[in-house]
Amino acid sequence: MTELNSQHLRHYPNKPKQVYLYGTCLADVLFPDSGIDAIEFLEQQGIDVIFPQGQTCCGQPAYNSGYQQQAKSVALQQIAQFPLDIPIVIISGSCGGMMRHHYPELLKGEPGIEAFCERIFEFTEFLVHVLKIKLTDNGEPEKVAMHTSCAARREMGVHITGASLINQLDNVELVIHKQEKECCGFGGTFAVKHGDISAAMVADKSASLVDADVVRFVSADWGCLMNINGALEYQKQPLRGEHIASYLLARTAGKKAGETDNDS
Amino acid sequence: MTVKIQEPEQSESKYAETARAFRQNVKKDLANAELRENFHGAMNYLMAKRAASFPSDDELETLRNQCKLIKQRALLKLPYLLEKLESNLQANGIHVHWAETITDANEIIAQVITSKNGKHIVKGKSMVSEETALNDYLHARDMEILESDMGEYIVQLAHEHPSHIIMPAIHQNKKQVADLFDKHIDGFDYTTDVDALIGEGRRILRDKFCHADVGITGVNFAVAETGTLCLVENEGNGQMSSAVPNVHIALTGIEKVVELLEDVPPLLSLLTRSATGQAITTYFNMITKPRQSDEKDGPEEVHLVLLDNGRSQAFADEELRQTLQCIRCGACMNHCPVYTRIGGHAYGTVYPGPIGKIISPHMLGLEATKDLPTASSLCGACGEVCPVKIPIPKILQRLRTESVKVHSGSPDELKGAGSNRKPMEATIWKIWSFIHKHQGMYRFSMWVATRLRGLLPSKLGVWTQVRSAPQLAPKTLHERIQARQPRG
Repeated sequence: MTELNSQHLRHYPNKPKQVYLYGTCLADVLFPDSGIDAIEFLEQQGIDVIFPQGQTCCGQPAYNSGYQQQAKSVALQQIAQFPLDIPIVIISGSCGGMMRHHYPELLKGEPGIEAFCERIFEFTEFLVHVLKIKLTDNGEPEKVAMHTSCAARREMGVHITGASLINQLDNVELVIHKQEKECCGFGGTFAVKHGDISAAMVADKSASLVDADVVRFVSADWGCLMNINGALEYQKQPLRGEHIASYLLARTAGKKAGETDNDS
Repeated sequence: MTVKIQEPEQSESKYAETARAFRQNVKKDLANAELRENFHGAMNYLMAKRAASFPSDDELETLRNQCKLIKQRALLKLPYLLEKLESNLQANGIHVHWAETITDANEIIAQVITSKNGKHIVKGKSMVSEETALNDYLHARDMEILESDMGEYIVQLAHEHPSHIIMPAIHQNKKQVADLFDKHIDGFDYTTDVDALIGEGRRILRDKFCHADVGITGVNFAVAETGTLCLVENEGNGQMSSAVPNVHIALTGIEKVVELLEDVPPLLSLLTRSATGQAITTYFNMITKPRQSDEKDGPEEVHLVLLDNGRSQAFADEELRQTLQCIRCGACMNHCPVYTRIGGHAYGTVYPGPIGKIISPHMLGLEATKDLPTASSLCGACGEVCPVKIPIPKILQRLRTESVKVHSGSPDELKGAGSNRKPMEATIWKIWSFIHKHQGMYRFSMWVATRLRGLLPSKLGVWTQVRSAPQLAPKTLHERIQARQPRG
């Protein structure tokens, strides 16, 4: 089963000259390399990338906690940062789901809201459906697993686009881990409000990734990566997940993951 | 095995207290490795069964859309259809009773039983009777009530509640059931063979059916057009409970009404495949009349009790009304990563799992159930499998909003609205919002945070109980990009 749903179906534009990048708040302070890698990767495809400095957070944390007004004012601040009619590429599936599928309701009645949401593309979705990218793998043979965040999977279809990108890499074998479709237990404030349940979920998710016997796993969502990597590190497991933008940049450049030219 | 139980305080459901204990329940049940293994195995099995019964995505999607519309049409006309159901049932000779509260329902049932001098009651599976705590109520009045569904029978023997709406004893494995039978059933020849265990249960139940004065069952679909009560089951106990005793009392929620007889086949197909992966159940009963003069069996009297118990609160709100589309298949719990880990009892409510989190606030109020809407990662698995497309994650978000809003005291407000609002949390979100809507403030804050990264404690409360603390980057993405490309 492909598990496409109606939320995944949309019209895709032709390859643009310019895009905006939405970096997300987590990548901003915790994992900026993946933002830089995404920009480099897009530039290699001949696309100019604009990163509006006024962007902050999509508003999802407040939205999911029931604080609609607080989420709304932050969401409006984001929209104002992206005035040009060009695609907005987001390096996180769940923030993408928020901006594409939840903004219409949160910001109902705001002028231009539908058109704004139509411009939202998750990174892997953009590569596959807009750029129709063909990847050349210059890396060593290896096995990887993939974890898609639940919003990325159900709202943005990243399980399809992410896997299709990994499958384009000739030397990479994508291993499907047990309970592959299951949530890692992050869920934003859920991980703190219901820490015991979240702990049980991430224990199972990390165990099934370890069982998959891969050298690394990739994901398009930093919330899940922070959760699963944090658990793996705590368990003293060597396995780590990395962002798919960094991974694709490294593979196509023929470098080992984690060796991209970032000045930090 | 009749046990006299202290009658619960009738002004509040006994489940309000157990729902309030959600966090303690979770801690206890997460620590029970055997329980977790029982749920994990059973849920994997049920998910695979469901998936195998829907080989075509397109057919499934078409059927889900069709059934969603059937239920939405019924809800749109709910008051009219309930009246029509009542008049058609009455024309068929079935008595109809309306119960606004669980106490009303229990009183009505007890009165019917008393009027027939009933003492021995058998019950088919009915989650609504769990809602009303009917067994406790009748026990307290010296009536013997025996659960006749095998899972319910096990649960009753163990003095427990169902942990799943379709498979009430799914939390127990065969060894635990064998031990339970060994403890409670005289002359039980110890075995862990599932068929033998079921045979043993059936032997006892068969005798009880023959001597029961009153049978109580639930209803899956109540057809307004024809005045027909449909009962879906696998063990024949529903048929025995509704056909053998002289009096049959059916108890159900007002949302079970459907408009037309032709609405039933698609709903039935979707229900059984979503629930257990079966093309159809072993038994499907359609009850239209009491025993007629030319008939050899069947009850002389049939009653239907229609319960509200908070459903009309959900009905009054267009978004929350979708909660009432539920056909009680249990697929949402089978696919829920939270349910799979904590099991059904931890919720403390009659209905566990995702559907329980969105229906229980109407039955028990948002104060008693305040921990339920937040106990979800909003992964969306429930909404993805729901046969009637209830947007469960969306409704969970809505209930979160309702439970933290400023209590206005308006009569339209949900019961318990605002009861989970904490001043500290509200202030944190205000500050969060202020920072994130002012870009200069945001960038300054993040600049400071990354500069002070060395001061970030390695222990971050519950997060670092099972994870290492994340490390802040030396410079933010904003800064690095600014350094990388000229500002423009």
